[in-house]
Amino acid sequence: MMTSEKKSKGVLVDLTRCIGCRGCQIACKSWNERSVKKTVMRGVYTNPPELNSECYTNIRYSEQEKGNQPVWSFVKNQCMHCKDPACVSACPVGALRKTNAGPIVYDFDRCIGCRYCMLACPFDIPKYEWEKPVPWVRKCTFCSERIADGMTPACIKVCPTTTMFYGDSEEVMAEAEKRLRENPGKYVNHIYGKEEAGGTSWIYLSAEPFETLGFNMKISNVKYPDLTWTYISKIPSVIGVVIIAGALTWAITRRQNADKGDNHENKS
Amino acid sequence: MWTPLTRILVTIIVAGGLVLIYRLIFGIGAATNLNDRFPWGLWIGIDVLGGVAMAAGGFIIAGTVYILNWKKYKPIVRPAILTAFFGYLLAATAISFDIGIPYRIWHPTVMWQIHSVMWVVAIHVVLYTTTLATESSPMLFEKLKMQGALRFVEKIMVPVVLFGVLLSTLHQSSLGAVYLITPSKMSPLWFSMQIPYLFLNSAIMMGLSVVSFENIISCKTFGHTPRMEILSGLARGCLITAVIYFIFKLYVLASGPGLAAAFAGSMEANMYLLELMVGVVVPIVMLSMKSTRESINRIFMVDILVIIGILLNRINVSLFGMYRYQSASGLNYFPSWMEFVVTAALISVSVVGFKVAAKYFRVFPEMEA
Repeated sequence: MMTSEKKSKGVLVDLTRCIGCRGCQIACKSWNERSVKKTVMRGVYTNPPELNSECYTNIRYSEQEKGNQPVWSFVKNQCMHCKDPACVSACPVGALRKTNAGPIVYDFDRCIGCRYCMLACPFDIPKYEWEKPVPWVRKCTFCSERIADGMTPACIKVCPTTTMFYGDSEEVMAEAEKRLRENPGKYVNHIYGKEEAGGTSWIYLSAEPFETLGFNMKISNVKYPDLTWTYISKIPSVIGVVIIAGALTWAITRRQNADKGDNHENKS
Repeated sequence: MWTPLTRILVTIIVAGGLVLIYRLIFGIGAATNLNDRFPWGLWIGIDVLGGVAMAAGGFIIAGTVYILNWKKYKPIVRPAILTAFFGYLLAATAISFDIGIPYRIWHPTVMWQIHSVMWVVAIHVVLYTTTLATESSPMLFEKLKMQGALRFVEKIMVPVVLFGVLLSTLHQSSLGAVYLITPSKMSPLWFSMQIPYLFLNSAIMMGLSVVSFENIISCKTFGHTPRMEILSGLARGCLITAVIYFIFKLYVLASGPGLAAAFAGSMEANMYLLELMVGVVVPIVMLSMKSTRESINRIFMVDILVIIGILLNRINVSLFGMYRYQSASGLNYFPSWMEFVVTAALISVSVVGFKVAAKYFRVFPEMEA
C-alpha cells in the first residue's frame, strides 16, 4: 500500500467484512502488553463488555432479526482519533496531543489525573487505572510507534478479512465514498465519522443502521474544541471590560463620597 | 472554644484526614466509587463546584466596599473575604486529592494550555486563592504588629480587590464552561451554551446568601448585635439577582428543550423543578415581601434555601444531569463512605477555621463595642 510518511493517517472500518474473530483484540493486547480484567458470563459474546484500561479495542456483537433469520453484526471499538479532538482541547497540561501522523497520543509524565478527557470525549474512550495508586489514562494509541516505523497498526495487520482499510486520511475517505457509490444497496448511506464530532480519523461503513449497532447518533457534528473555545476566546475582552469598568466605577464613586464628606454613607 | 459542636467537627476532620492518607497510599479508585463512566463524583460536585460558588460573597462584598465605595458594607468585608478564603481552601484541597496524581497539582502552572477550560480553572484557583490571602493579610499583619506591611497592603487594596473581582467573574463562569463540552451527555434541562453565565449569576445569589448566613451565625456566636440594614441590603441584592437568574433560567429552558420539559415527570425534570423551587422561586416569593427582608429569622431561612438550591444545581449539572447517559452502560455511581467523610471533613475545616480566625484575629473590627 502506498502511503506517504507525512500525511495524517486514517482507517475505514467496513463492518460488512468483519467476521468477529477478535484477532484484532488479541493483537492489540499483545502489542501494547496489556493484561486482562476478570469478567463474568452475561449471555452475550462481547467481552470485555466495555473498553477498559487493559483493553484498547474490542468487538461488540449485535444480533438482529431479518425475515425470521438472525443477522449478526460485529463492531470494532477503539479510539476514533478525532481530527479536532475534545480530549486534547480539554487536557490542562498537554498530556494528550494529536500527532501529524493522525494518532492521539498520551504523555504520562505530564498527566495530573484530572480525568476531564474522560468527561470530554464524546465516545467515552479514555479509561482510567482505578485500581492503581498512581494511575495512567489508557486508550488506543493508533499504534503510533508502529506508524512512525512505517508499519501498519497491530489490529489491522492481523485482520484476516481486510475489514480495515488503512492509508492517508483523504485516501481513506475516498475509498469509503467509492464503496458506497459502487455498491448501491449494500451499505446504509452514511459514513460514520465523516461528520461526527467534526470528523474522525477512523470512519465506518455498515450494512445495518448504525443506531441499531450501538453507535451514538446524538454526537454533535461541531468540532468539540470550539464548544469551550467560544467561552475561552471571550476572556481577553472580559479582562478589559472588568478592569476599565471597575476602575471608572471606583473613581466615580470615590468622588461622590468625597463630595458628600468622607464619613457620609453612600446610599446610591 | 471547645464547644460540643467543635469537638464533633474536629473528630470529623481527624477521620477525613485518615481517609485522605488512605487515598494517598492506595489511590483515588480505592477511596472512591468513581469508575470509567463516572470519572467525577461527590468531591467535584459539592466540594469544588459548591465550595467555589459559596465563596462568591468574597468578591461581591470586597467589590461593593472597595470599588463601589459603598461603605455601609464595610463591617462585613473581612468576614466575607475570610469565608471566601475558606471556600477556596475547601475547593483547592478537594481538587488536589481528587486528581489521580496529587503531587503533580502544580503542573498547570508551568504546562500552559490556553485551549483548555480546565487549565483556565486551575490557574484561577491559584491566582484567586493568592488574592484572597492578600485581601485577608491585614488581619495577620495587625496581629503581628507589622505596620509597614499593613500600610503597604492597604495601599494596594483597591487594585487587589479589582483583580479579585476579575478573577472571580472568570472563575465562576469557567467552572460552568467546563461542561460546555458535554452536549451529547448532559440533559438539555441543564446543558446550554449559557452554562458559564448561569454559573456566574447563581454564584452571586449564593455568595450574598452565604455572607448573610455567616453574618447571622457570627452575631449569635460572638454576641454581636446584627445590623439589620446590612442584612436587608443583602436580602434585596439576593432578590434582584434571583429574579434575573429566574428569567435567565426560563429563557434557557424555553430556547432549549422547551418549558414543558421541566414537567415531564422524569428524574431529571423533578430534580430540575426541585432545584428551581428551593433555590429560586420560594426565595423570590419570600424576599419580595418586605416583612421577610426585615426579619432576621426569615432572612436566615431564605439564606438556607438559596444555599441548598444552588448546591442542588451544581449536583444536578455534575451528576444527575448526566446520570442517565453515564449509567446506560450498566455502571452506576453512589459515593463511598470515604467520599462522604472527606466532604464532611473539608466543610468542618472551613467552619472550625473560621471560628479560630475569628477568635485570634480582628475579623469584626466594626462590631467591637
